This record gives sequence, structure tokens and C-alpha cells, in this order.
Amino acid sequence: MKKLSLVLALCLVLSACVFPASAEEVVNIYNWYDYMDESIFEDFYKETGIKVNCMYFTTNEDMMVQVRVSPGAYDVVFPSEYCVERMIKEDLLAEINMENVPNAQYIDPSLLGGAHDPENKYSIPFMWGTVGILYDTTKVTEEEVSTWGVLWDEKYTNQIFMMDSIRDTMGLTLKYLGYSMNTRDPLQLKEATDKLIAQKPLVKAYQVDETKDKMVNGEAALAVVWSGDALYAMDLNENLDYSVPQEGSNVWVDAVVIPKTAKNKENAEKFIDFLCRPDIAQRNCEYIWYSSPNTGAIELMGEDYTENLAINPSQDIIDRCEWFQDIPENYMTVYNALWSQVKNAK
Amino acid sequence: MSNLQVPAWGTWVMLVGFVAFLVLLVIYFKRNHGLKRPIFSSPYTLWIIVFTIVPCLLIAYYAFTDVNGAFTLDNFKNFWDSNYDMNKELIAMGFNPADMGFARGTVNVDTLGYSLWMAFLCTVICLVLGYPTAHIMAERDFKLGPTLVVLFVIPMWMNFLLRTIAWMSLLEDNGLINGLLEWLGIGKVQLMYNSGAVLLGMVYNYLPFMVFPIYNVLNKMDYKLSEAAMDLGCDKWKTFYKVTLPLSLPGVVSGITMVFMPAVTTFFIPRMLGGGNTEMFGDLIERTFLTANNWNVGSALSMIMMVLILLSLGLLRKVDPEGEGGSMI
Repeated sequence: MKKLSLVLALCLVLSACVFPASAEEVVNIYNWYDYMDESIFEDFYKETGIKVNCMYFTTNEDMMVQVRVSPGAYDVVFPSEYCVERMIKEDLLAEINMENVPNAQYIDPSLLGGAHDPENKYSIPFMWGTVGILYDTTKVTEEEVSTWGVLWDEKYTNQIFMMDSIRDTMGLTLKYLGYSMNTRDPLQLKEATDKLIAQKPLVKAYQVDETKDKMVNGEAALAVVWSGDALYAMDLNENLDYSVPQEGSNVWVDAVVIPKTAKNKENAEKFIDFLCRPDIAQRNCEYIWYSSPNTGAIELMGEDYTENLAINPSQDIIDRCEWFQDIPENYMTVYNALWSQVKNAK
Repeated sequence: MSNLQVPAWGTWVMLVGFVAFLVLLVIYFKRNHGLKRPIFSSPYTLWIIVFTIVPCLLIAYYAFTDVNGAFTLDNFKNFWDSNYDMNKELIAMGFNPADMGFARGTVNVDTLGYSLWMAFLCTVICLVLGYPTAHIMAERDFKLGPTLVVLFVIPMWMNFLLRTIAWMSLLEDNGLINGLLEWLGIGKVQLMYNSGAVLLGMVYNYLPFMVFPIYNVLNKMDYKLSEAAMDLGCDKWKTFYKVTLPLSLPGVVSGITMVFMPAVTTFFIPRMLGGGNTEMFGDLIERTFLTANNWNVGSALSMIMMVLILLSLGLLRKVDPEGEGGSMI
């Protein structure tokens, strides 16, 4: 074994030293799992000669850690709005040269100028959506899922998938209790924690990316999901439906940003412009089923898009929802310690 | 995660280099009748320094410093009291943690205890299953022994993450096993999302590490010793526990080490098969680093883990000073 590792080590060292990376033009993107129709990479390569390398993350928090510790590794990243806010504060983002992104004109103005990036200098919306409950209509009624309270209903013991994502899960619990998703009041956070610990015996699993496929297979009756995952699952299993409870929920925008340390900024801008082109935005939207901020793409999709309430929620649903704001480090310490209690409660 | 790019021809050059290196190695062996010059171990030493010793020192550095790099023991206090940092922040915000019902947080200590318990169970089960298996495989009259070794090795060609995910499709409520149970009229049983499923995943993954060292020792054992014992009047059982068992102890010790250590640090399996309902210490460390972004506390937790492993290693060394059982792997 020792001999083998010696040989392997030597070869690795050799290959790393002797061969420099190829001179090909590249853009390194860091995206959520399953968040893009990857066949567009080929079209992009044909049109520009730039090769797309894709790396993936599961939650915003994981992504932030990687962007901080690997400067230069990523040229295009897809954070949610509250993380854009944090990344601007930490000086991690480069300003996007909008002259290189003419297709940004198609972005719905109502999604621009949010508190996270008031002057639209650093980010361009990529997709938006809501957090809600994906439910099996053969087991749960529409009326029951009009409240987050259904997740605490003992009738559904062992039939609930919660989201293994700290802000989303704490956020919906806070909403259920009538508080803001962005609360910094430790007493409210403590109440939400107790609520989640009380719910634990009913919960089947805490997960993120696995949920949608398991719901398609009928593994549980209720699951907390992002709207796009819900639409993906509903497309494959007609018994599933999606609801945004009355107490309100989270409405979010995932943006495209360029880290300050990006090595291929011009290629990154070309890629972002490509993403904003209506036909490409349409392909992405039809592939991942989140709501598109691209008015050009929406026009191309027509009624398929506008008539679908899950992907194109009515104004009163949006009005019930709340945007996430960045939460400062000292309050996140509280969030994290409480989340640890939830995750390890017996 | 890496975006290291090796061009297509690089693979070929690597292959040629690999073969050339092997040829050189063989020539060297023939000339010197074995590996004699210490120079041959230098790349390995370099490897160990760069990828094992330096990272360990970094972990120690992070464990004993705060975010600003100043010396502190707070990270270890956070292990003992998982609410330590939070309570400090709460006091700074003008709250009284005690009034809010935040006493000492036992999450980290409990998780370590749970991991040790699970690893203990996993080791015991692996031993109970593995020893007879190894014994049968090493029987002189048993012709299928080598075939079984290969069968044990083949699944290990696949990454353990994939094997764990494969278990999910077996154990799910609508998975293969439940489908079979339902077809037999027994009805569905919830097999996944609990500690039992986690334990199953661990035993499945670590069983070969128990079987091989024991098989290795038993295989090399001189059969004449058992024959002599029988000639002198021992029956089968007495031969086993007077001769075979004591002689196989180094293998057993080695097997226990090789199962227990990775079992304590298990992660991913609890998240997949246990549905993330209870974390093991490996998950806790991962979350502390990656989600909570607290490298200092994460390092302190890792250090506690490493010290525990080193201690158990030292303890086992006393029983098996030659390290005989592990020579196969």
C-alpha cells in the first residue's frame, strides 16, 4: 500500500507541475444543484468559444464559505438576495459593467433596486420564487395546507419533510408564530426553536436536494420546498400540489454576481448577458421551473407561464410574503446555536 | 469542487510516466533485492508533511485562536457548552440567557457520546458478523475463500457515497424491500430515517475492514497447531478458544481499530439514511465548518476527535504491538 501511494503521489505531483492548464477561454460558474439547463453551455461555447466549468452548492451558507476561502475559483455565482447584501458588505463582489450586458434590459424592473443592491451595480436577478408546502392531494386537503400549522398536525406524524436550511426553516416557523422572518429578537427565536423541537417527532427527514424526487415517489405527504422544486415534482406526479400558506412566507430572488476575485470577468459578463437573452432565459425557466425575472422570456412562454399560479403567483400571495435580509454575524451565532439544538433534539 | 484542468494529452503523459516509474521500480528491486535506499520514501514523507502534518498544525492553530488570531480556549468551552458563544452574544445584547432558559448546551457532548455509542455498536456487530465469515473463508477445505475475498472487494471499487445512496432506494417506504414485504402481505415497515438505518449503513460500509485483517491472520496461521491440539485431546471448541482465537487476536484488534475509528467519524450516512434527524460527530464538524462558518470551533471539535482516536490507537497498540493484522490493507 505504501509503495502504491508513493507511485501515485509522484504521478500526481508530476502531472500538476509539468502540465500547465490549457490556454482555452473559460468561465467558472458556481451554481445551485439542478439550477440551469446545462445544454446551454454548449450553445455558449459554439457562440463565443468560451468553455463553462460548473461547480455546485446546496445552501447559501455553504456557498458563502467557499467564495470566501477560494478567491479566484469562481467567475459567476448565484447567491440569494440576502447573501448579495452580505457579500457587498464584505466587499466580495465586483461591479458588473452593464454595457457588456445589454440583455439586462429584459429584467422586470419590479425586481430591481431591492434593499440588497439598491443601485443594481453588483447583481442581476436570475430566478425568483417562494417557499411553500408541496403536498400529496390524496392525503392532505387544500384547506389544511393554507396554514403552516399543518406541519405541526399529529395526523401527519412521519409524513413531513422539513428543509435542512437554517434561514428557510426558522423563517417559516417565525411566520407561523406571527413574527418577521428577519427577526433579531432572541425571545422570538427561542420560541421558534421550541416549536421546531416540539415538531421533531412528526418529521421524517431534514433534507434539501433529495426532497423533490422523494415526493414524486410518494415518500411523504408534506414537504417544505422552494417553488421550482414543487413544480418539478408536480410535473412528474399529478397528485402533488403546492401552497403558500396564509401566514405568509419567503419570496426570494437568486441573483447572478461576479466575485471581486474572478479571473475571467469579461467572460463572466458575456455569460451573464447570454443568460439574460430571452430564448436562453426561457430554456432555463422551462428546465428548472422557477419564476423568471425576464420579461422577454415570459412573453415567449405565453400562457403556459402566466396561467400557472405556482410559477406566477398572484399579487396577494406576494404581498403576504417577506424578503430575507442579511442577518449580522452576532445574531447568526444565535441562529446557529439554536439550529444546532433543533438538529440534535431527540 | 476543484477546477484543476488536465488536458487530454496530459493523461497520456501521466500514463507513460506511471509505466516508466513502475519499470524503474522493478529494475531497482531486482538489483537491490528489495527497497533499501531511504531515498525512495522521500516523496511519501513529503506527501505526509504537506497533506497530513501541515493540516494538523493548521487545525491546532485554529482550535486555539479566535477569529482575530488571538490565543483563546473559548473554542473548547464551546465544545463543553454548545451555547457558550450564543450566551456571550446574548449578554452583549442585554439579555440574560438564564432567564431565557438557556443553560449549558449539551448538543456537542451528546453528539460525541452518540457517535461513540453508534461506533461501539457498529464494531460489535461487525465483529460478530465478521469473525465467523473470516473463519469460514480461511478454512483449509473451503475452496471458495479467494472468490469471497474478491466479492467483498468488488463493492469497494465504487465510492461509499454512491453505495449509501443505493441503500436509500432499497430502504425507502416505496423502495425495493418494502415492495417485497407488501407483496408478501406483511405490509410496509419504516426502515429508513432512524438510527437503525444509520447503523445498517455503517456496518455495511465497514464490515470488510473487520473481515480482511482477521482473514489475513487466520489464513497465515499454521494449521498444524490446531491438529496438534486435537491430537492432544481437545475437541473442536476447545481447539478454537485455546489455539485459534488467541492466535487470531492481532487480526481482531486490527479489525476493531479499522472499524471503530472511521465509524466514530462517520458523516453523510446519518444525513442520507437517518434523514438528518440526528447528527453524528462528523456531521457536526462539517456543519460547524461549512454552514456556521466557524472554523475555530470546528477545529476544536476536530482536535478532540483526533485526540480520542490517537488515545484508542495507543491503547490498541499495546495489544497488537507488531500490527500484524493490518498488514494486508
